[in-house]
Amino acid sequence: MLIGKVVGSVVATRKDEKLENRKLLVVQVHDQHDQPKDQYVVAVDAVGAGHGDMVLYATGSSARQTALTENRPCDAVIMAIVDSWDLGGANVYEKWS
Amino acid sequence: MYLARVIGRVVASTKSEGLAGVPLQWIQPLDEHGAALGDALVACAVVSTGPGDLVHFVDGREAALACPVTFVPVDAAILGYVEQAYANGVFLGREQQGAER
Amino acid sequence: MILAEVVGTVVSPVQIPVLERETLLLLRPIAPDGRAIGKTRIGLDRAQAGVGDRVLILDEGNSARQILSNKDAAVKTIVVAVVDYVETDGVTRYDHRERRS
Repeated sequence: MLIGKVVGSVVATRKDEKLENRKLLVVQVHDQHDQPKDQYVVAVDAVGAGHGDMVLYATGSSARQTALTENRPCDAVIMAIVDSWDLGGANVYEKWS
Repeated sequence: MYLARVIGRVVASTKSEGLAGVPLQWIQPLDEHGAALGDALVACAVVSTGPGDLVHFVDGREAALACPVTFVPVDAAILGYVEQAYANGVFLGREQQGAER
Repeated sequence: MILAEVVGTVVSPVQIPVLERETLLLLRPIAPDGRAIGKTRIGLDRAQAGVGDRVLILDEGNSARQILSNKDAAVKTIVVAVVDYVETDGVTRYDHRERRS
């Protein structure tokens, strides 16, 4: 999994019917030091994330292993909302600070 | 399956169903010399490991099969704690200094 | 399947149950001429390979689970053969039998 920040959403009226009623969010990937990378992914939201949230997303066939995405054309899914993380004991990111 | 070093811990209270109680950790994949191999990523720690530990992990669909509930959106899972890896006359093991548990 | 060289061993005393009593090897993918290509992996040894051997590895979960006869094994990389010799364009690039004599 990789960590990223929800920076926006995608609305598509004409799409595969299996993607209907699925929230698509634009996630900008961050590295372990919380530095944003020039890498973006559009992921289906399975946990109710919102704009500005730091999230974890899974890719590939693993992304279809949720009730929302099973047997649907989806290769990236937001599977957790990150509260905080540390590197070697030093706090790097804190949602509620 | 790859060799990696645990470098940090991730806390997430809102998780996809089936992932409650499964710890998430930052890992840095390593090559046989102990040098970084690609970017760090977050993996589910199926076995008990902590920062500084040498581990092996699997990526892709197989990662979910290692989890307590196998129908989960997981694409990287730590499968084991590596006490020692030996290659080219060099032993790799738990980091002695630096990372604290 | 990919060609690889066994570059080391991995000792993992704490790991998921399917890996217990299996030997783990550090594997460096190589081109036919022996150049290192791609990421170093860890694989299960199912061919009695040793350090220095060139081997064939599977790096795909479905095939790995078939070999282990376990449809839920979180395993992806398996050493399935020790290579005797490799030949490209009519030239022998590697010969295990020479190494032995």
